[in-house]
Amino acid sequence: MTLKAEHEMHGRRRSRNVGVGVLLVAFVVLVLALTFAKVTSGDFEVPRAETLR
Amino acid sequence: MTDISSQQQPFEAEASFGDYFALMKPRVMQLVVFTALVGMLAAPVGVNPVIGFASILFIAIGAGASGALNMWWDADIDQVMTRTAKRPIPAGKVAPGEALSIGVALSGLSVMMLALSANFLAAGLLAFTIFFYAVVYSMWLKRATPQNIVIGGAAGAFPPVIGWVVATGSMSVEAWLMFALIFMWTPPHFWALALFMKSDYDDAGVPMLTVTHGRKSTRKHILAYTVLLVVLAVGTAFTAIGGVIYLTTAVILNALFLKGAYAIWRRNEAQAEADSYAVEKSFFKLSLLYLFLHFGAIMAEALLRNSGLGGW
Repeated sequence: MTLKAEHEMHGRRRSRNVGVGVLLVAFVVLVLALTFAKVTSGDFEVPRAETLR
Repeated sequence: MTDISSQQQPFEAEASFGDYFALMKPRVMQLVVFTALVGMLAAPVGVNPVIGFASILFIAIGAGASGALNMWWDADIDQVMTRTAKRPIPAGKVAPGEALSIGVALSGLSVMMLALSANFLAAGLLAFTIFFYAVVYSMWLKRATPQNIVIGGAAGAFPPVIGWVVATGSMSVEAWLMFALIFMWTPPHFWALALFMKSDYDDAGVPMLTVTHGRKSTRKHILAYTVLLVVLAVGTAFTAIGGVIYLTTAVILNALFLKGAYAIWRRNEAQAEADSYAVEKSFFKLSLLYLFLHFGAIMAEALLRNSGLGGW
């Protein structure tokens, strides 16, 4: 026999997990969008190879 | 044995996502987002929309982080005051240690990300704002001096300056005028609240002006600060961020605000208690509208200026 009764605590835990998951995905998308905005702006320069050594 | 004790932890320890969000003082964050956005739009330099959006978001997260640190530090007095007793920590929904961890982690994240998305000056100002609110105001001034609200108001006044710096990379008189507007507005706003939240601050032992200098003195202070605010708010109309719309808004609102402050000054406690602090409550509500409409007018001027209208 399986226990199906769900305590209110499980609901709170689920909301927390879903919330954190959504935030992480949103953060990744935001960093990607920021990177795109930065590299496509007029004053962006790709570092030259010798400056990276 | 240890297993038994660990199983007996109360369910209240399981916070929901909303409880963590409440730690960040969402209503304060709304004001921060709005004023920072106005500061950014009022600046004479345009910002890439993605960079602007991200920067405002990180400023808001920084403000939320300082709110969480404030709730962690003030949990003991929040429990005593009616207005704050339902906050996540005194309500037993979030553990104090969790609030501290969230506050510290989000502070670091927001400052670092603002430095990457905008510039180091904006990030430095955000870091200073968090430090000022969490340490200077919450840990030091709030319980030490009746000037807590006056000096602590600076923390809430920084967002438009940060918004301006995000756009321009530097500071200017106009940015500090927006700072001064919020800085001078904060004391009358909170002292009106302290007048009608009658015993809250007394019970918590917070040395608000109402507790240390009495209510009559607080009424005088509200009028004095309002007079100074009126001069500043109307004077701002004649600077680069002002214009006809702002001047009209400022004249109407400041006349109403001054009328309210004068009415508060003329009343005594018996009169206030007779009508359940109706004048003080309406002044407090007006103060919220006052700040929103002043910054709304600055934003309207900025948007019109970009279309070749607005300003002088």
